[in-house]
Amino acid sequence: MFLKDYISDVVNGVSSLLKGMRKTGYYFTHSKEIITEQYPDNRATLKLADRFKGEVVMPHDENNEHTCTGCTACELACPNGTIKIITKFDITPEGKKKKAIDAFIYRLEMCTLCNLCITACPSDAIKMLPNFEHSVFDRSKLTKILNKPGSKIKEGIE
Amino acid sequence: MLSLENITKTTQDWLLTKFSPTMALTIECVIVILLSITLFALLGLVLVLLERKVAARIQIRLGPNRVGPGGIFQTAADTLKLIMKEGLTPDKADKFLFNLAPFVVMMVAMLLLAPIAFAKNFQIWDINIGVLYISSISSLSVIGILMAGWASNNKYSLLGAMRSGAQIVSYELSAGFAVLTIVVLTGSLQISDIIASQENGWWLFKGHIPVIIAFVLYIIAVTAETNRAPFDLAEAESELTAGFHTEYSGMKFALFFLAEYINIFIVCAIGATLFLGGWMPLHIGHWESFNHIMDYIPSSLWFMGKTFFLIFVIMWFRWTFPRLRVDHLLNLEWKYLLPISLFNLLLVTVIAIMGWHF
Amino acid sequence: MYNQTEIIKDTTELGPEGELVINIGPQHPATHGVLHLVVTLNGETIKKIEPHLGYIHRSIEKMCESLTYRQFIYVTSRMDYLSSHINNTACALLIEKGLQIEVPERAKVVRTILNELTRIASHELWIGAMAMDLGAFTPFFYAFREREMITDIMEDTCGARLTMNYIVPGGLMYDIHPDFQTKVKAFVKQFKEKVTEYEDLVTGNIIFQSRTKGVGVLTAQDAISYGCTGPVARASGVSCDMRKIAPYDAYDRVEFDEVIETTGDSFARYIVRVKEMNQSIRIIEQLIDNIPEGEFVGKTKNVLKLAKGEFYQRVETARGELGIYIVSEGATTPYRIKFRSPGFSNLSVLNHIAKGSKIGDLMATMGTLDLVIPDIDR
Repeated sequence: MFLKDYISDVVNGVSSLLKGMRKTGYYFTHSKEIITEQYPDNRATLKLADRFKGEVVMPHDENNEHTCTGCTACELACPNGTIKIITKFDITPEGKKKKAIDAFIYRLEMCTLCNLCITACPSDAIKMLPNFEHSVFDRSKLTKILNKPGSKIKEGIE
Repeated sequence: MLSLENITKTTQDWLLTKFSPTMALTIECVIVILLSITLFALLGLVLVLLERKVAARIQIRLGPNRVGPGGIFQTAADTLKLIMKEGLTPDKADKFLFNLAPFVVMMVAMLLLAPIAFAKNFQIWDINIGVLYISSISSLSVIGILMAGWASNNKYSLLGAMRSGAQIVSYELSAGFAVLTIVVLTGSLQISDIIASQENGWWLFKGHIPVIIAFVLYIIAVTAETNRAPFDLAEAESELTAGFHTEYSGMKFALFFLAEYINIFIVCAIGATLFLGGWMPLHIGHWESFNHIMDYIPSSLWFMGKTFFLIFVIMWFRWTFPRLRVDHLLNLEWKYLLPISLFNLLLVTVIAIMGWHF
Repeated sequence: MYNQTEIIKDTTELGPEGELVINIGPQHPATHGVLHLVVTLNGETIKKIEPHLGYIHRSIEKMCESLTYRQFIYVTSRMDYLSSHINNTACALLIEKGLQIEVPERAKVVRTILNELTRIASHELWIGAMAMDLGAFTPFFYAFREREMITDIMEDTCGARLTMNYIVPGGLMYDIHPDFQTKVKAFVKQFKEKVTEYEDLVTGNIIFQSRTKGVGVLTAQDAISYGCTGPVARASGVSCDMRKIAPYDAYDRVEFDEVIETTGDSFARYIVRVKEMNQSIRIIEQLIDNIPEGEFVGKTKNVLKLAKGEFYQRVETARGELGIYIVSEGATTPYRIKFRSPGFSNLSVLNHIAKGSKIGDLMATMGTLDLVIPDIDR
């Protein structure tokens, strides 16, 4: 019957709307459901995943030594030329010439954080750091030299 | 102090002792203008903040919380920003109409403030055709919107304005019928009479189911009339970017924005007056002691409480429902709301004639 | 073919009486990216839709030709960024097929779980964006709350939230995080609780139903002839799930249903995606407790060289069938690479199904086609 259909239409429609309003009403009255993270305020407690790929760094030990041999495997693995390694020849105490890095240039602005350099490195000289606050006022600051000044390669790494 | 009851009377008496009647009237007018502008500014700030907070809570967010404690100065800061922004006029726009439109919309909203009773004996103009005045003035706001849409020389604006025109014209009807039910029950168009008739209980409770239906119809219709979601087709941002105010910026945009919130306040105030007794405290039949306690709460608080409750309901709608399509919107009005409100009016008339209401 | 004067004439000539041409996009709240639609209107009714592409063309296919087979995988994350994992899997599968690399079981299972998580994340985002297109803002936040759990899982295991680059030829880049299983289980539990919210807020809502039912109807015939795939075609009754037709990874050993609706309207497309999320949960539940122990990456040579010839691999992304076609000359880089992206075919059907409807319907139709613009343009 027409009238019956009409009334059931109205009732169904209104009840479906009320169902939705009940849901939003529930969230309005339950403040514990709020999921906002107040980012700059919670920096102290902010915990990033330990695997988070933020930027490439070269760890140095307490003697200012790293394990990079300058083999350029990372440079070759990088898909977009983020890494540039400039090598030099060190004279070892025995008087032999040894290849070492002069500068490990890393361009953060070009890096896609794909992790291919890390997997390519044979001596675990570089790693990813979970740091995401990269904003700087000068673009040139994003070009970094990863090996610290005066650092040298660790003994026994070939 | 909060009841504001005798303020108007005392002020008038004092003015009359000091000045001639004409002068007193002029001063009163100035005071009223200043007060209503202040009210507008305050309401704009409060309602925008309220909307953002309600939206945030519903959307499991915190909402504005940086400017001032709990973000209470956020809207003030936004207004400051809007004032300082450049008010652009598009190159090929109809400059006169383009600049006039926000003021027309704003003026309509201001005119509607006149017959609203904010508290006991605190009303700007207790005109004897109050309800009729409201119905007629509120339909003028469509002119401002059409003006804005046409003068912007923007296709989105034009589409938004046309939608808004169709929408406001049709929803006027059911809003009018919903208002008429109360007029039928009260037998008066005067706002103060309507409030006085609810002394022993609000119409929502006294008038059986037909008044409740009328109330629901009224809320739906005014949501549509004020272009609020789910009926915000005039500015449907996922369809028409910003609808009729796409081209507006700076303070001219702020006026549209403000007018939207003022309109909400006004329709909710009228809804509260007609169905929830305006400033009248909650009185239940012959529970004398209960009624007495209720009387202690100032009438202005009653009025504001009811109004803000209705505003909250309308905001709740906005943040729950998807938007209707333009033809569904008209279907809803002409196939559902209008027949129901006509039938409802008939029922109410029967109730009023037979005296079945409490 | 147009000759040049015709093109010039087309753009300068004013349309017939009553026609209104509006540009929806490239910057428009409803196009979710830089899609540009030139829409011819008659009042509110759409007469013609002409998508203009190229605003986000990065020539990924050409870029891939200069990258080695290990390197080019990361670029594919940038095509359909919402199912980047699945794109990466497709590349890895193709290389594995070309070089006959044995993939360890552990890697296969983990890949399948991650692919399904990606699919859920993509559909979650889509539900939110779709509801937003129709004017309901709140479901967006609820959907993102669940999606956030998935991105957290991805962050834990893969080290990134959107463009993971976790899949390498032969398996995975590194082993899964120790918390992986517990976190995925927690997500499955939460998802099952919260999925009813979408029913309340969106699916059952009368306004939503009236906005989507009977809107943008795509027949099975048209779906096939336009080359539609994924949920768009399945909503029209076309069975096209690559996970069923050509199972890869661990899909051959899990039980799940291919969701097929027959009405072909926007609501059917919506329902297909919602049901697909439940099927994905079903797949994850079957696999999460049965991740085999062992190696996570197979033995591969340091430098990968595909033999001379042509290779093709297709997978089911969240949007449909992604095909990767590589012509190899035997070098370390592909000679020619071509992606058959699902978004492009799904977009091409827009004019056909949205013609004659209202502007509001265009948003509903476009929303349910689930267009990701970088996937269309590449």
